[in-house]
Amino acid sequence: MVIGNYRTQLYDKQREEYQPATPGLGMFVEVKDPEDKLILARQYGSEGRFTFTSHTPGEHQICLHSNSTKFSLFAGGMLRVHLDIQVGEHANDYAEIAAKDKLSELQLRVRQLVEQVEQIQKEQNYQRWREERFRQTSESTNQRVLWWSILQTLILVAIGVWQMRHLKSFFEAKKLV
Amino acid sequence: MGCTASRSASTLLLLLLLLLRAERPQGAELTFELPDNAKQCFHEEVEQGVKFSLDYQVITGGHYDVDCYVEDPLGNAIYRETKKQYDSFTHRAEVKGVYQFCFSNEFSTFSHKTVYFDFQVGDEPPILPDMGNRVTALTQMESACVTIHEALRTVIDSQTHYRLRGAQDPARAEHLNHGPGREPKT
Repeated sequence: MVIGNYRTQLYDKQREEYQPATPGLGMFVEVKDPEDKLILARQYGSEGRFTFTSHTPGEHQICLHSNSTKFSLFAGGMLRVHLDIQVGEHANDYAEIAAKDKLSELQLRVRQLVEQVEQIQKEQNYQRWREERFRQTSESTNQRVLWWSILQTLILVAIGVWQMRHLKSFFEAKKLV
Repeated sequence: MGCTASRSASTLLLLLLLLLRAERPQGAELTFELPDNAKQCFHEEVEQGVKFSLDYQVITGGHYDVDCYVEDPLGNAIYRETKKQYDSFTHRAEVKGVYQFCFSNEFSTFSHKTVYFDFQVGDEPPILPDMGNRVTALTQMESACVTIHEALRTVIDSQTHYRLRGAQDPARAEHLNHGPGREPKT
């Protein structure tokens, strides 16, 4: 699970400081999974929180861009973006878990250890998946190289044979052989 | 690990200053795409006397190297390295204010890079706010939990580093076999 929080502040040129909050300034958040499929595409305000859970292992792409056209008026404007992305075990809200499952402090500590171990397991599964995929890719590349070299050899041999026969018929025609 | 690409608005002199979360003084790790001839800066507010650390690593792109520098709020460069593949830097903040760390790919003309960094400020906060205000000593069970937690954190950290180090070869093999694939959005 991935939780992202962001907050934006617009630079006020007159007062030369960042405004505490800018209503009307929105950010568009897009998340793509490793197969380039859009799994989240939403617009949020100047402050927002987005969550997604990955279903396939690999590189996910998180993009934030401003939807505001007001920027075109402010040449040299600056926008301060506070960004916080928590992944895996760090995304857990332990206060909420403690309240929901009514855990004592010690139980909550043990719960955190369990979450950490689960994250380690997930990472190990990912390593196994990646290694297998790497192996498949390498095998595929190897196959292609093999077929290419066989094909190239056959073409070279065929051209050589054709050249010899062509030259032979040429010399015979010229009555040199 | 997610990958973040920030797209600045189409107008000319617009700068996006990225400030890493100011809610919990803990840390942030991010993997972002650094286009060629570009520089990307991040900022963080640090209190005086607090120790912070920055680990970074280049995952894909070119010769896997990047320039990095860290500046304190007064503009002094407290760390500067060129063409490093990975490094780790810790510093105790002498001045309170906004610290800036930048990654530069300005020496490269065509290879865009993916850079991972992990910025930790201060100590890890307790999972419940009350835990920080203890007056009595920890029980044996609690101490054991703390020890195991630290050990597991080390395991997770080394898994992350192993995953990043081992990302180069599969990425190259994919690129060779399946072509460029996902093109970066400019």
